[in-house]
Amino acid sequence: MTKLRVNGTDHSVPIDPDRSLLYVLREELRLTGTKYGCGEGECGACKVLVDGVAVRACQTPVGEAVGRSIVTIEGLAQGEHLHPVQQAFVEAGAFQCGFCTSGMIIAAVSLLARSSQPSVEEIRAAMDGNLCRCGGYLRIIDAVQRASRLSSGAGGAVP
Amino acid sequence: MTASPAVIPFDLLPPNERPYFDRFGNGLVVVLPPRQPDPSGWGAGGPPHGGAWIHVGEDGKARAFIGKVEVGQGTRTALSLLVAEELRLPLSSVELTMGDTDLCPWDMGTFGSRSMPDAGEHLRLTGAATRTFLTELAAVRLSAAPTEVELAEGTAKARDSGRSVRYGELVKGLRRVELVPSDAKPNPPSKWTRAGRPAQDVGAREVVTGNRRYTSDLHIPGMLHGKVLFPPSCGAKLRSVDLSRAQALPGVTAIHEGDLVAVAAPDLRMAFAALKALRAEWEATPQPSEKEIVEYLRHHPVEGEDFWDMVHHETGDVGAAFGSAPVSLRETYTTAYIAHAPMETRAVLASWEDGRLTVWLGTQTPFRAREAVSDALELSPSNVRIIVPPTGSGFGGKHTSDLAVAAARLAKAAGHPVRVVFSREEEFTQAYFRPMAVVDIRSAAEQDGTLTAWEFHVLNAGASAARLPYRVANQKIDNQPSDSPLSQASYRALAATANNFARESHLDEVAARVGADPVEYRLRHLADDRLATVLRTVAERAGWSPRPAPAASGSGRGIAVGLEKEGRVATFAEVRVPEDRHLEVVRIVTGFECGAIVHPTNLRSQVEGGTVMAMGGALFEAIHFENGRILNPSFSRYRVPRFRDIPPIEVILLDRPDLPSQGGGETPLIAVAPAIANAIYDATGKRLRSLPLTPDGTVP
Repeated sequence: MTKLRVNGTDHSVPIDPDRSLLYVLREELRLTGTKYGCGEGECGACKVLVDGVAVRACQTPVGEAVGRSIVTIEGLAQGEHLHPVQQAFVEAGAFQCGFCTSGMIIAAVSLLARSSQPSVEEIRAAMDGNLCRCGGYLRIIDAVQRASRLSSGAGGAVP
Repeated sequence: MTASPAVIPFDLLPPNERPYFDRFGNGLVVVLPPRQPDPSGWGAGGPPHGGAWIHVGEDGKARAFIGKVEVGQGTRTALSLLVAEELRLPLSSVELTMGDTDLCPWDMGTFGSRSMPDAGEHLRLTGAATRTFLTELAAVRLSAAPTEVELAEGTAKARDSGRSVRYGELVKGLRRVELVPSDAKPNPPSKWTRAGRPAQDVGAREVVTGNRRYTSDLHIPGMLHGKVLFPPSCGAKLRSVDLSRAQALPGVTAIHEGDLVAVAAPDLRMAFAALKALRAEWEATPQPSEKEIVEYLRHHPVEGEDFWDMVHHETGDVGAAFGSAPVSLRETYTTAYIAHAPMETRAVLASWEDGRLTVWLGTQTPFRAREAVSDALELSPSNVRIIVPPTGSGFGGKHTSDLAVAAARLAKAAGHPVRVVFSREEEFTQAYFRPMAVVDIRSAAEQDGTLTAWEFHVLNAGASAARLPYRVANQKIDNQPSDSPLSQASYRALAATANNFARESHLDEVAARVGADPVEYRLRHLADDRLATVLRTVAERAGWSPRPAPAASGSGRGIAVGLEKEGRVATFAEVRVPEDRHLEVVRIVTGFECGAIVHPTNLRSQVEGGTVMAMGGALFEAIHFENGRILNPSFSRYRVPRFRDIPPIEVILLDRPDLPSQGGGETPLIAVAPAIANAIYDATGKRLRSLPLTPDGTVP
């Protein structure tokens, strides 16, 4: 057993090289906001932040996440206060079935952390590894741009 | 999440014997009964449709119940808006329960773009009747004439005295059930104040916080994880199976009942291990492969059944018209088998309690699932409850109930609840596909371009949108079902996509042959004014300039129209095909009209998303198969649209408050492929007649 730090809380989990971070998050910690979409790193539904950078949890052995800070979709809002990217997704209506949304939001948070005002081309390139079968891509681009404005308007960087 | 064993599903009890008030508290209940299928065929009663019912409680809230389900198409918010509109309530005071077979009225299923015209209309009628009963109650309470009572924001007010009463007060202590009278009058769309306005999705917050629980997220204490053993190739039959090695694993249950071989284990990894430990022998029979599929389908016609019915439409004398025609053309168009590939794979959770079974299932047909599960397990339908949790999209792909039956059998054998979630590979190989289509068209025209004859034969895909929206004196239209070697069934706009692609491509070919501009040529023949309006609107917005012949300049523009499920669509596409032949879709403009718009925010989203989905099937999506094996069952080998593929898409919604609201989830897809094919022709002079148009990204 070892400690895994998720959304600011330490969890004791068995360390097994075969277990993916996705498996541990969903099946052991029951943090089901992170989704299984393909298991081969092609769809981005399982993205989580590891030390602030979006990674595909299905491709990440849990051992690699030990000693690092993991943030899942459940850890973004501060109580009732949505993260600017979450707020922007609500305002832009940037989801249909919502199944890809967690991964999209995590990818957007990661992008905005390194580029606070991304161009449409940057957004497309940075998020190309995230699939939305409902085809909501244009709304999602809109949401990321809104989030960029929300963050800069609030005077702070996106965490 | 547990079901009480004494419960009898509401739809199996007469409307006035249902325990509404024990379940939801005192109040007023208004019921619109469904029309169940008539075994003797759709007689005088008309086609079956679902019902609706509404409970107004002492808390002042309206609880509405409908048998349709939400799988991401946005109907929960749209339907809630209609209830809010009729009851003069804020959206936050409406709770809509969908697709729970214990509580909801019977419904055929969520397909065919029927949620707005059926469920929407039924909720409007039920809401209008509820409003009338509330008004009458308020008139008595306020000592006013009903005509002097005004309802707004959950309060009834007497105009003359100015006295008012909240709905919750009005129904205090009441346990009254009413049926919707035949003269119920919904508020006309021209007077809407809530519906028809932009609105936020009612579930937005739970989605963006990761708190929405889909079927694949559900967990019950003691729950096991199930896996089903599937044949290695289509059509393979199980000869024998040895369960012993799987059963020897700790905590594993393995079953072989009829055709079903399945395992359940305490965790998912053990379930996979147990599946691997099964020793099965299969007998495969040779199956046709992709390269010979067109000929195979041509030589294996079958009798139609269900919605694959044969259709035959004939007017005039086609044979004679072809004999004398100065211009004639004959071409064949095909579309590939494609996958729904919903982001959430098929998922189910089954749990038994005192002989009663509850199944949480991502399905588009909960009542059909109840029937399938109760038949398979020899249970009374009363003892099965299907609940449809939020579902990670369907696109017509979540109609079957086999997985529910498997989970129920596993749960029974194991004595624990069992959840089964498809892997992505299972989703690709064990679901079913959009049917492949082979469409033969033969047309004839006068020298001036006037179409005189149209012969249209669609094989395997179905008849939707096969009928001509154009005026042609002599027509012969047939639909011939075929013996598909791959499992195939419903898909978002399935046959309409194929038939519309074929027709709108062919029409462009005839226009080019007679030297007519594609827009002018369509307008000249269109028999539907509404569709002509949509076409004109799109052509104008796109800045269409007449082109009687392809420019073949490497840059091209194409247009196509479609009329299906009472919706009208026109799509314009602009493409670039540089010297390396790599296709770029530069811009899309699409116009859509589906009567009175209920939820414009969502409709726009549906049209945009539908356009993106249609681009996948138009450009690169195709299932590859050989001798019963699916060769590309993963997202790395089955390409779906990504961010980089999406051009600017301009959506024009034409609102018609004077016309009934129709669905918007399917028809916006059907003009995309032909618009792109026509644009490629304009850019290169090359006519592509098979979908996908550019499997490797380049124009051949």
